[in-house]
Amino acid sequence: MYGKGKILFGLAVFLGLVTFPFYSNLGKVGAVPEPSLNTPVINAMRDKECVESEEFMEAEHMQLLDDWRNMLVREGKKKYVNSKGKEFDISLQNTCLNCHSNKEQFCDRCHNYLAVKPYCWDCHFGPKETNWTKETDV
Amino acid sequence: MSMDRREFLKIAGLSTILGGVGGATILGGLRGEDVEASDSSHAHGNRPASTLAMVVDVRKFRNESEYQRCIDACHKVHNVPTIENPKHEVKWLWREDFEHSFPGQGHEFMEEGVEHKDFMLLCNHCEKPACVRVCPTQATFKRKSDGIVMMDYHRCIGCRFCMAACPYGARSFNWQDPRGFISNPNPEFPTRMKGVVEKCNFCAERLRKGLKPACVEACRDNKAMVFGDLEDRNSEVREILRTHYTIQRKPQAGTNPRVFYVIGG
Repeated sequence: MYGKGKILFGLAVFLGLVTFPFYSNLGKVGAVPEPSLNTPVINAMRDKECVESEEFMEAEHMQLLDDWRNMLVREGKKKYVNSKGKEFDISLQNTCLNCHSNKEQFCDRCHNYLAVKPYCWDCHFGPKETNWTKETDV
Repeated sequence: MSMDRREFLKIAGLSTILGGVGGATILGGLRGEDVEASDSSHAHGNRPASTLAMVVDVRKFRNESEYQRCIDACHKVHNVPTIENPKHEVKWLWREDFEHSFPGQGHEFMEEGVEHKDFMLLCNHCEKPACVRVCPTQATFKRKSDGIVMMDYHRCIGCRFCMAACPYGARSFNWQDPRGFISNPNPEFPTRMKGVVEKCNFCAERLRKGLKPACVEACRDNKAMVFGDLEDRNSEVREILRTHYTIQRKPQAGTNPRVFYVIGG
């Protein structure tokens, strides 16, 4: 092969660069964030149960929130009855975030990890998140 | 194929009859279709279970602060931004003089007290809302249970057709993120985001809790604004409508507003 040394060197450099993202991240991946349940309201609960089961909430919470917004805004329903027959007020701000008052450790952790950017917070307030105002006059 | 004159006239005559019948059917269908916003008749067949309405007694607003406390109560509880620039301003409840509130209903010799008075204006929650007809995403819709014209901000794409359609200027567009313009927000009610249209919701969120609208609550001592169900014969609003002469804004628009005004007398 003509110019064998140069070609092999070039190939090695090329492969090194191309595979750089893989070996540089080796061992770092896999740290799936665990949403924190450490809030005063949840800690004070005897049965630590969400609106539905944990598996359902993990997989379907976005669907549930979508259903809730249609039920409340469009159908005018105030209450959600879960699979066990228990009633909840339909409200992201006042029901969900009442228990999950740690939005950063609960919502944002997973959403950031998965690089999803739900636009809930453009309008709805996160817990104690009202300090964006210009002046507070209480 | 050759065709003599007799044959030609037969076919021509037949197709005129058939075409005429078809055409008449189409025209009849068009005429028969109920065009909601164009019908200003007050004859009603099926009444809904409840129709929420408001009566504004203009005589009872005597000074600046009586207007302002209602406006402030509304804008505060709904996180309505205070924007100075009139091109970007957002309003749910506001005031306007007679000429702009009731165009065409005044005249040059009318009573000065009324002519120069300010009127409390808000979304009329019309029986036949023009905004609902034009909304391409059904983001704004008329709730069947109580007749409130609601906004689903999740669905609004900010096309502003509803603003063009509304004869009352009751809708405002968020040209910018409203959050920078709200001092001391109410944490229990969301704000809006840049690019959606907003308006009065008859305090749907307060009614849900059994409360009266915030503006009605704010002027409860002189009952300048009264809220209730039009379908209930004994409701306060029906009582006032029965005993006082009231007017609506732009009745000629055919939308049948649900906000009534006691002007004088």
